[in-house]
Amino acid sequence: MQQVIREKAISLITSGKAARVIGWREGEFFYDQTPEVFTCPEDIEKNFVYNGFSGANLSKYLIKESEKEGVVAVFLKPCDTYSFSQLLKEHRIKRENVWAVGIPCEGKLDIDAIRKMGVKGITSLEENGDEITVKTIYGDKKIARAEALAERCRNCKSRKHVVYDELLGEEGEVLESARFDMVEKLEQMTAEERFAFWQGELSRCIRCNACRNVCPACTCEKCVFDNAASGIENKAPASSFEEQNFHIIRAFHVAGRCTDCGECSRVCPQSIPLHLLNRKFIKDINEFYGEYQAGADPEEKYPLMNFTQGDMEPADAFKKGE
Amino acid sequence: MKKIQLSKLPQLLSAIAEKTALYLPVDTASGAEYKKYEEGDKLSDACNTNRSAKDFFFPQVENMANFKVEGKKIEVIDIRKETEDFVIFGARACDVRSFDILDRVFLADPVDTFYKNRRQHATIVSLACSVPEETCFCGTFGIDAADPAGDVSAWKTDEEMYFRANTEKGEAFLASLALEDGEEEAVREEQTKIRSILEKLPIQNLPTDHFKAEKLMEHFSDPKWKELYKACLGCGTCTFVCPTCQCFDIRDFDTGNGIQRYRCWDSCMYSDFTQMAADQPRHTQMERFRQRFMHKLVYYPANNEGVFGCVGCGRCLAKCPINMNIVKVIKEIGGDK
Repeated sequence: MQQVIREKAISLITSGKAARVIGWREGEFFYDQTPEVFTCPEDIEKNFVYNGFSGANLSKYLIKESEKEGVVAVFLKPCDTYSFSQLLKEHRIKRENVWAVGIPCEGKLDIDAIRKMGVKGITSLEENGDEITVKTIYGDKKIARAEALAERCRNCKSRKHVVYDELLGEEGEVLESARFDMVEKLEQMTAEERFAFWQGELSRCIRCNACRNVCPACTCEKCVFDNAASGIENKAPASSFEEQNFHIIRAFHVAGRCTDCGECSRVCPQSIPLHLLNRKFIKDINEFYGEYQAGADPEEKYPLMNFTQGDMEPADAFKKGE
Repeated sequence: MKKIQLSKLPQLLSAIAEKTALYLPVDTASGAEYKKYEEGDKLSDACNTNRSAKDFFFPQVENMANFKVEGKKIEVIDIRKETEDFVIFGARACDVRSFDILDRVFLADPVDTFYKNRRQHATIVSLACSVPEETCFCGTFGIDAADPAGDVSAWKTDEEMYFRANTEKGEAFLASLALEDGEEEAVREEQTKIRSILEKLPIQNLPTDHFKAEKLMEHFSDPKWKELYKACLGCGTCTFVCPTCQCFDIRDFDTGNGIQRYRCWDSCMYSDFTQMAADQPRHTQMERFRQRFMHKLVYYPANNEGVFGCVGCGRCLAKCPINMNIVKVIKEIGGDK
């Protein structure tokens, strides 16, 4: 697939259809790719990669890139198209300046998950169907591919592209996933147990803001937490603040707009399962206002912005929390 | 040289913890982290803890002074206290070097008394890296993972742990423990083994000769910065996990009837970094990105006899959300490429 994508990227540039192409640049190792705006066919031929580690969701880069002159082409995995669609709905991207190419995804691998299996000194990796062979300076190790998948890919919600201009490879289906299982477990806890769980997770926060900055739903020109004049700017991670405010406020702010792309948890240097907060909101919205997947339908109004007589009464929602 | 059977390591840790506060890296579900020793804690084999060891001397947040305000009267309350003695057990060679880099900043005139207080009360037991990672590039900065510095250096072999005192503090520390005499030869063997692994690592010896103080403007104006910074999210991950990043902000917190003056880590990646009343010197992410690497590779060495402000621990390689890091910068800026 990498070669097909490279050729597509090169032809988009050489045919003049696109001035720039957003993809993934090869790193120092096989797993450390960097999002890149390519303009040169030779550079694409040499450095454009697409493999099990092309996890970064490129849709957010379109906000800035689509403001520039000329068309920018972008390669989007199925889940990335949900973010793209949602950003279009919020008028954050100039659609006429974007050429979106949908590409297939078999689920992305997580180098940290591989490292947690005790694999050290990793030099290369071979994928053979359901099995991967990790080569290291200390010897080879075979792992089941499913075990090396990122959490968001183990619970993949869809292999269908929702918005695109052209598609490479076969189109997939919306999937049944177990992504709300952990949320259910948390719901079944007592309030004290649940508070202890989140305290354990969120007190590790170092307030680097990677979750916010990578999030395709976090697109404010200036975040209230960066604004000294707001009175709530906070550079110092006070645990009570991180545990009870920052992440929860952020989750509220993206509620109904978060597509569950999982970038927040992917980038967290402290491995905090931030996606669980978002999934709780998604699950609640499903239960209160009917099934809704942000980004799935570019035309559909979102439940939190749309009053219907069937909406749950606030009092009933309140009772649910008892 | 002293030694102890690995099977007796738990008792040794207990014995240390009985006398002084003991901190060591332990494995957690989210990776290795330093923590205060509790009975049963096991020393991690990981090369890197998620957070670096700089926290011990330069914590992410600390109160500096309190002010009590009554009408027009302001009372300054000095809240500084003498730190208790503590031992850091199992710091890696890269993190130990980071203390030297921080010392040159915080112990230079005017001395940072908060930092000095903690530094003076610490005993550092370093641990050689028997199983280094592909992301390790300490050798680039002349650090030998087979011979770490600190008050005491330790080596772990299959059956034993060996200790060598490097300072008077280290000798006193070892003398206070029940240890057997160890053989130099066993440590030399372990060092040879480690060095042969280090030779095989892909980025262990990066060329850095091309970074020179006299070429400051040339490095500053390198057109490559505009390429390298492009995907940068402007988050603070690299600066916060970095053992040598030392920038901080000082803020006042209004408590209602007074002020709590605290400092916290700051990041040159942030848009309000070094914001002053008039303006700030770096308006774009490109300038902020460049600042971080120029500081480590050019400005810091220019002010510190050529010592680079990086120890090659590899945390930024593992943690950057977009996988841009100092290794890629070293290879692209000012070199032949």
